[in-house]
Amino acid sequence: MDHFPTNWGRPRNDAFDAYGTHPIHQRPYNGPKDAFADGVQHTQQPIVTGTSVLAIKYKDGIMMAADNLASYGSLARFKDVQRLCPVGQYTVIGAGGDMSDFQYIQHIMEELTIDENSAQDGHELGPVEIHEYMSQVMYARRSKMDPLWNSLIIGGFKDGKRFLSYVDLLGTTYSASTLATGYGSYIAQPLLRKAVEGYEDILTEEDARKVLENSMRVLFYRDARSLNKYQIATITSAGVNISDSLHLETSWSFAEGIRGYGAQTQ
Amino acid sequence: MPSASPFNGPGFDFTNQVRNAFILEKGIPLPKATSTGTTIVGCLFNGGVILGADTRATEGPIVADKNCEKIHYITESIRCCGAGTAADTEFTTASISSNMELHALSTGRQPRVVTAMTMLKQYLFRYQGHVGAALVLGGVDSTGSHLFTVAPHGSTDKLPYVTMGSGSLAAMAVFESYWKADMEREEAIALVTAAISAGIFNDLGSGSNVDVCVITAAHTEMLRNYSKPNERVEKERAYRFRPGTTAWKSEEIRKLVVSEQVTPIGGDAMDTD
Amino acid sequence: MPDMAALAHPQQRQFNPYSENGGTILAIAGADFSVIAGDTRQSEGYSIQTRYAPKVFRLTDRAVLAVNGFAADGNMFVKKVKQRLEWYRHAHAKDMPLRAIARLIQTMLYARRFFPYYVYNILGGIEEDGTGAVYSFDPVGSYEREACRAAGAASSLVQPFLDNQIYFKNQRPAAGTSHPAHLPLPTVLSIVIDSFTSATERHIEVGDGLEMYVVLAKGRTLQGLEGIRGMQELTATEDGERVFIVRRDLKRD
Repeated sequence: MDHFPTNWGRPRNDAFDAYGTHPIHQRPYNGPKDAFADGVQHTQQPIVTGTSVLAIKYKDGIMMAADNLASYGSLARFKDVQRLCPVGQYTVIGAGGDMSDFQYIQHIMEELTIDENSAQDGHELGPVEIHEYMSQVMYARRSKMDPLWNSLIIGGFKDGKRFLSYVDLLGTTYSASTLATGYGSYIAQPLLRKAVEGYEDILTEEDARKVLENSMRVLFYRDARSLNKYQIATITSAGVNISDSLHLETSWSFAEGIRGYGAQTQ
Repeated sequence: MPSASPFNGPGFDFTNQVRNAFILEKGIPLPKATSTGTTIVGCLFNGGVILGADTRATEGPIVADKNCEKIHYITESIRCCGAGTAADTEFTTASISSNMELHALSTGRQPRVVTAMTMLKQYLFRYQGHVGAALVLGGVDSTGSHLFTVAPHGSTDKLPYVTMGSGSLAAMAVFESYWKADMEREEAIALVTAAISAGIFNDLGSGSNVDVCVITAAHTEMLRNYSKPNERVEKERAYRFRPGTTAWKSEEIRKLVVSEQVTPIGGDAMDTD
Repeated sequence: MPDMAALAHPQQRQFNPYSENGGTILAIAGADFSVIAGDTRQSEGYSIQTRYAPKVFRLTDRAVLAVNGFAADGNMFVKKVKQRLEWYRHAHAKDMPLRAIARLIQTMLYARRFFPYYVYNILGGIEEDGTGAVYSFDPVGSYEREACRAAGAASSLVQPFLDNQIYFKNQRPAAGTSHPAHLPLPTVLSIVIDSFTSATERHIEVGDGLEMYVVLAKGRTLQGLEGIRGMQELTATEDGERVFIVRRDLKRD
C-alpha cells in the first residue's frame, strides 16, 4: 500500500497538497504496467571488438588496412578475424567496434547483393549506393535506440571514380581523402593527412602501401588493443583485392639504454 | 595558527572536496580554468635535449591566448613544458624553479635534472592529482642530458622521446615514425617541429605557433615562435568608429588644471635654497 | 511503494543518440539578395573528422538552407526537406515559396518534439515579393523572420558582431543622418568573411573552409559581385532568381 496520498493519482487532493508541491515527474506511476518495459532491452554495449580501420585515396583508387584482432575487453581473444569485407564488385567495408554487429552487417550486405543480382536489371551497386544504404541503416538503428555498435569505412572504385566515406553507430557520415576509426583517428590520421592531402593523384600503390604499413606499425606500438597482423585491401579499376594476412616488422632497440623511470641510473 | 586538534584526525582534510561536490550537485559549476588542450614534446639528440610546445591556451572551446609560452624556466639548463591547468603548470614550475635556485645556492653546485624531477613528482603526488599539471622536463647537467615526463598524479617516465597533452597522440605518431637515436641538432629540431605541427593541425586543443628550446651543455637557446604556420589573415573591412558613436546619458567636463594663487601671511618666507 | 530515490534520480542510459559536430553558420538578408554561409569543418571532441563537410545546401533557386549541430540529424533533415520540396514540385509544377518552406520546416521540426533533430536551421533566400529574407529556427521549430542570424558553435561570438554591424546596435548615427536599413552586397560579403576569420581565430571548432551562398532576386544585376574571386553559379531554373556560391579557405589549426 502506498501511504502517500499525493501518489494515489488524479485528481489531486487539495487537502493534502494544496499547491501541487510534489513534482509530477517524481510521483510514482501507479497505472497499468507495460509487461514488456523491462523485457525489451535495447542498447547493449560492445563485447567482442575490433580496433582501428585506416583508408586513403591514391593514384589508382582506394587502399584500406585493418588488423586481424578481435578483443574481448582487454583480452586478445580472436587473432584471425577479417575486418575488411568485399561487397559486390566495387566496394570494401572495413569495420571497427562490435564484431557480432559487423557480422550482422555482412549478412545484410549479402542479402542486398543477392537481391540486386537477382534483379538482373543492368544496375550494379557501387560504393556510393552501399554507403548511402549503410548510413540509413545505422541512422535508423540509432533512432530506435538500438544501435549497431560500429564505425565503418566504405571504400570503392566504380566508373573511374574513387569513393571513400565513413559512417558510425550514430549515423554520422563524412568523406575525406584519408579516414581512420578508433585510435587510428588520433594516432594514424595525422600521419595519413601529412602523406596524402594534396598528393591523392600522385601517390603510387607502393607509396600508399608504405604509408599504411607505417601507420599500422605505429598503431601496434601505441594502441593496446591492436595486433601486428593485418590485411590491406585495394579497390581500383581492376576490382577488389584483399591481401592475405601480413606481419609487421617492429623495432624495440630504443629501450636498451633506458634504466628505470626516474633517478635510477643502473 | 593551525595545530594538531583533538577534533580532527591526522592526515588530509577533505572537507572542501565534500563541499565542492555538494556545490556541483546543486548545479553551480566550479570556475573554469584555462587550458586543457596542448601539444608538448621532448626529444634527446646528439649533445643535448630539445623541448617543443604549441602556443594555444583554451577555455573550453574558446581560444584564451593565441601565443602563450608553455616552455617554462626551471634553471638555465633545465626547462619544463606544461600541459593541463595553466595556473597549476605555471605555479608548479615557478615554485620548483625557485627551490632549485635555493638548492643550487645552498649546495654550491649546478642543479641536476633528476633533482627537479624528484621535487616535481613529490609535490604533485602530495596533491593526488588535484594539481593538474602534466609536464615534460628536460635539461643538461653534470651527468648528461635527461628527459622526463611527470603526470599529474606524480608518476614519471624516462624516455628518449616523449609527448604530453591532448595532441600527444598526434605528436607521438610522428616520433614513432621518424625518431632515431643520436640525431644531429638540425634534424632533431625539424622532428620536434613536425611533431608539434601534427598536434597543431590535427588536435583542436592545440594551435598557432611552434616554440622550441634547445638545451646543450654549453648553452640554452629558446627559439620562441620558431615556426609560425598560422598567421592571422587581414580583415576585409576596417572597423573604425566615428568619434561620438557611443551614446551617453550626461556630460560633465572638469578642469583638471587648477590655477592657484599663494599669498604668504607674515613670518619669513620658507628657505627654499 | 515504488523506489522514490530511483525515480528522483533517473538512471543514466548507456547510449547517447546525439553528438555535437561543431562549426558555425550565419545568414544575412539584403534588400534584394540574401547571403547564407557556413564553415566546412566537422569535428567531434578535439578531433577533426573532415575538413570539408558542407553545412549549407541549395534547396531551390530562391531558397538555401544552413544546418548546424548534430551532423547525422542535419543531413537527414536536409534530405527530408528536399524530398518534401520535390513532392511539392510534382504536385504544383513550381518551386515552393520561401515563407512556405519556412513553415514546412517548422512543422517538420515540431513533429519530432520529443525526440528532436538536434539541429539549428537558418533558411535564407528571396520572398515572393522579391525581398531578401532570413528565417532562423530552434531545434524544435520555433522560428522567426530576421535580417541576420548566426548559429552554432561560435554563435555567441558572431551574433553580437552582426548586431553591431548589421543592426547598428550601440552605434549612434551622426547628427542629422540615420543608419541604412539594408547594406549593399559587397559590404555584406565582407562582413561574412570577417565573421568567419574572427570565429576561426577564437573558436577551436571553426575553420578549414568557408562556403557562402548568394541568392539574387529576380531582375537584380550582378552588380557588386564583379570582383569576387572564385564565384560559381548554381542556378537551375529560368524562374529569375539566381544562386551563386563563393568559397574561401580558413585556417586549419
